[in-house]
Amino acid sequence: MLDVTRIRADFPILTREVRPGVPLVYLDSTATSQKPMAVIQGMDEFYRRSNANIHRGIHTLAEEATAKYEAARQKVAKFIGAASPRQVIFTRNTTEAINLVAYTWGRANLHPGEIIVLTEMEHHSNLVPWQILAAERDIRLEFIPVGDDGLLDLKAYQKLLELEPRLVSFTHMSNVLGTITPAAQIIQMAHQAGAVALVDGAQSVPHFMVDVQALDADFLAFSGHKMCGPTGIGVLYGRKELLEAMPPFMGGGEMIRRVHLRSFVPNELPHKFEAGTPAIAEAIGLGEAVDYLTSTGMDAIAAHEQEIIAYTLERLEEIPGVQVYGPTAEHRGGVAAFTLAGVHPHDISQILDSQGVAIRAGHHCAMPLHEKYNLPATARASFYLYNTFQEVDKLAEAIYKVKEVFGS
Amino acid sequence: MDDLYRELIIDRYKNPLYRGELEPHDISFEDENPLCGDHIRIDLRVDEAGRVKEAVFSGHGCAISQASADLLIESVHGKNLDEIKALTKEDVLEMLGVELGPVRLKCALLSLKVLKAGAYGLGEASDELVE
Repeated sequence: MLDVTRIRADFPILTREVRPGVPLVYLDSTATSQKPMAVIQGMDEFYRRSNANIHRGIHTLAEEATAKYEAARQKVAKFIGAASPRQVIFTRNTTEAINLVAYTWGRANLHPGEIIVLTEMEHHSNLVPWQILAAERDIRLEFIPVGDDGLLDLKAYQKLLELEPRLVSFTHMSNVLGTITPAAQIIQMAHQAGAVALVDGAQSVPHFMVDVQALDADFLAFSGHKMCGPTGIGVLYGRKELLEAMPPFMGGGEMIRRVHLRSFVPNELPHKFEAGTPAIAEAIGLGEAVDYLTSTGMDAIAAHEQEIIAYTLERLEEIPGVQVYGPTAEHRGGVAAFTLAGVHPHDISQILDSQGVAIRAGHHCAMPLHEKYNLPATARASFYLYNTFQEVDKLAEAIYKVKEVFGS
Repeated sequence: MDDLYRELIIDRYKNPLYRGELEPHDISFEDENPLCGDHIRIDLRVDEAGRVKEAVFSGHGCAISQASADLLIESVHGKNLDEIKALTKEDVLEMLGVELGPVRLKCALLSLKVLKAGAYGLGEASDELVE
């Protein structure tokens, strides 16, 4: 059982008032999570005491900085069950991680007419890189449909696999519908059909235990800032043979072993894919976030979110005019996208803000999904380890206030 | 915030005075804010002196976008195209009577963008029209 009161005390921002007498009710963790003192202090401490560039220097600070950076990498590797830290590549975020695969693995391995399977519920970051590649290389994109129940249509997926795609790239948890996809099964089916499988773990890794070896994932991409870590740091995990065969992404310092005037020899993993000075403090911050989540317990966090989202669906569904999109509670994580009849999500979001409730309104970087449901926009509340049942009540109250203002 | 949703805006959103379409029309233009789904179309009829004699808007979207469209359309009656081209974002904000953050500002200015693009006879409405 999560001691949410104690957890909240670790997050300084949660004591904020958004206007005098109006405390913050932060329900936008899917956009970015709040940070515990351990993360803030870890980065602060690095800059105060150990800041130096990494991997090259021999002086004390350089050695300390390198040790901290590589320790963070090891923590991340352990967190996701990777066989070796060499398979953990630090990127700027999930988006960059997926682009890395598209530009290196994609360009080296895909030929005109070949097929990539995605889904209708992908975030733009797991759509656009493939669209760019498709246009450049004449690759065909196919999509696993989402049913009205918010779940992926696995029968349709089986049919798509008969086309012998080269890659299946899918979200582990939808940032709009909250749907948790059957990743292990999807990956197994992909492998049976001879395809490589990439998992967009931006929403899953922060919220429940993800083990890359148990999933047998070929690639996993996720972001530090959605899992209590800082912005500017993300991770690409890859199967060793795949990463070793992939050509470099960005060229420059650090990713080389040798440079002549007209040629270079790339470095070994993971450095091959980490060109230039990285976000050192941010990687260290991510390491602190991993420690924080690990000591809190990912299973406890997931269980807490399950209870919160079940309660949220209950409360939202009672409000006349509210419609929630996506699957039932047992198939989803802590995300609820909804509409209120007669009121645009922007207006919902604005009035909720006046009550201190922070949600998001728009298409949440999933325009195709919204088009499919014929929705110009939705409002979205999302939850994490620091949210309470009282905050769900505040959300409901604030929605009633919206109805009052609009007389609906 | 409570100011943002002053009666004027709620009223014009729920009971717009100038919603409709004109067939035939002299000028018609439409545009949307794809980031949030606000969509505005404006139809105008002008008299021999080039002054607006009929104006309506249609579309869907948030209260700010629709209310500002209704207020803007009301204000263009009797104006000529040069006066329309001279309208600014400050004029719209004055009509609305509220302060807006950058995201909602886009909502409020969509109708002005559409109106000016139509008045200039442009193929596309750009943000420069409302800077």
